[in-house]
Amino acid sequence: MTVPRTLVVGAVISTLFLLLASLSFVWTPYDIETLDVPNKLRPPDGTHLLGTDHFGRDIASMIMLGARTSIAVALVAVGIGMGLGVPLGLLAAARRGTLLDEVVMRGNDLIFAFPSLVIAILITAVLGASAVNAIIAIGIFNIPVFARLSRGAALGLWSRDFVLAARVAGKSSFRISWEHILPNIGNLMIVQGTIQFSLGILAEAALSYIGLGAQPPVASWGRMLADAQTLTALAPHVALVPGLAIVLLVLGLNLLGDGLRDVLDPRLRTVRL
Amino acid sequence: MIRFALGRGISLCLSLIVASLVIFAVIEVIPGDPAAFMLGVNARPDTVAALRAELGLDQSLPARYLDWVGGMLRGDFGTSYTYRTPIAGMIADRVWISLPLALYALILSTLVAFPAGIYAASRRGRAGDIGVMGATQLGVAIPNFWFAMILVLIFAIELRWVSAGGFPGWEAGFWRGIGALTLPAIALALPQAAILARVMRSSLLDILGEDFMRTARAKGLSRRRALWRHGVRNAMIPVLTILGLQFAFLLAGGIVIEQVFFLPGLGRLIFQSISSRDLVVVESVVMLLVMVVIVINFAVDLAYAAIDPRLRRRG
Repeated sequence: MTVPRTLVVGAVISTLFLLLASLSFVWTPYDIETLDVPNKLRPPDGTHLLGTDHFGRDIASMIMLGARTSIAVALVAVGIGMGLGVPLGLLAAARRGTLLDEVVMRGNDLIFAFPSLVIAILITAVLGASAVNAIIAIGIFNIPVFARLSRGAALGLWSRDFVLAARVAGKSSFRISWEHILPNIGNLMIVQGTIQFSLGILAEAALSYIGLGAQPPVASWGRMLADAQTLTALAPHVALVPGLAIVLLVLGLNLLGDGLRDVLDPRLRTVRL
Repeated sequence: MIRFALGRGISLCLSLIVASLVIFAVIEVIPGDPAAFMLGVNARPDTVAALRAELGLDQSLPARYLDWVGGMLRGDFGTSYTYRTPIAGMIADRVWISLPLALYALILSTLVAFPAGIYAASRRGRAGDIGVMGATQLGVAIPNFWFAMILVLIFAIELRWVSAGGFPGWEAGFWRGIGALTLPAIALALPQAAILARVMRSSLLDILGEDFMRTARAKGLSRRRALWRHGVRNAMIPVLTILGLQFAFLLAGGIVIEQVFFLPGLGRLIFQSISSRDLVVVESVVMLLVMVVIVINFAVDLAYAAIDPRLRRRG
């Protein structure tokens, strides 16, 4: 089997950002806590690979630290969505047609009906702006995505012979869900997880851009863009670099998701929301 | 159809009730006293007590909830604490920026996405298709607010074609208003157009594989005529649903874009209220936006069922 090119490109880009984010724990080119105002808004050159911002901080270092914030927020948000959504979906499928199923599905519809950005703004406005609250706001909207998808996929599996055999063997529906259904929908969840991951990166950027994400001194791409907004005329690189970082990472994750889908199961179709 | 509409109507009402409960609860969750929160740490106790009485915080929770919901049903959204004016009036001023912006973006997005999606589907697997699909990959990866900043950099700062932000007001003339909304609408429309083009393409590809398309060709229609008369028309159904969802999304997504362009719309109202801790305004404007989104989804469901009777049974 040939590996699709999208998978390779996506995996390379995603891994690169992951490495940069991990590296930032032990090393960044410059310390971003020390301000170097005389050298502010320097365009990219040999000493500062991506230039400096309005405080003279090294943008390359801030991009690395920002990658850490973005990836952490989006990853935990996907974890929340999967951790709560998949069990709910499996439960609804195992008890299909019952009141429980109905409650889970209607609950999903309800969350879907909310404009996620507005609710995220409401949550962070009330609880206070922080990375943790951004995670909660993004994570909540991941739950119905995984619940709906896993329920649909599980329903299809419940009519298969191997599940019937397990039932005849006397296994409880919980054990069947755990031992037979879950392993079979794992691929689908990984593919959808990649897509929700990339959506999470975009959501985190938007929230921190409007000042409702991670707060200083934690670096974030969205806030770098917000800071750069009034400076675009003087120093375009300050606005260009963080944006390009977002585009590249999101693009990489989307390609990775598409590639994984092609490899894991060409018949699978993921929902993009 | 009537049964279906009734069922949907009931679930619409339930959604609205739950939505209002959630928003009310979130505002209540604020640690401590909302009145103290709004006035800040240095407020005198008697000022806090006065505001508590004014906001009705001395009443029971259910009474306050009913008061808020009842007021909104009558068109009374409460009174802004900061500006001391009725919130309904503040919303009325700003909705005429947010709504046209969302509509403008929707039109732009459709104008770009439909031809692109149809073109890509008709050239499946060839260079044209790959080009369009590559462009949509890029389109969904670009954050709209960053795209907006780039547009400002190019068209307002470098080329000086338009102003970098602000809104002259509709009284300055229709076209000047449209001009001020053009860059924001383009920024808002781009990622949506990418998604819409993908939906259009895959929906059309599904249809092109149908038997009736072969029949259409067999009875002598040219490829082009078969594509337009039978393909595109049938492919429109899923696309219409997405359009409804997109309008809701554009209305909510406009909040961020309004920030980039300093447009005095609903988004700015929310942010100003958040920073001045004017919770009554935040609560009411958020509820209004959620309400609009839920009602649009309801309308799309109905329209969908009216077009395609098979869907009515699904409930």
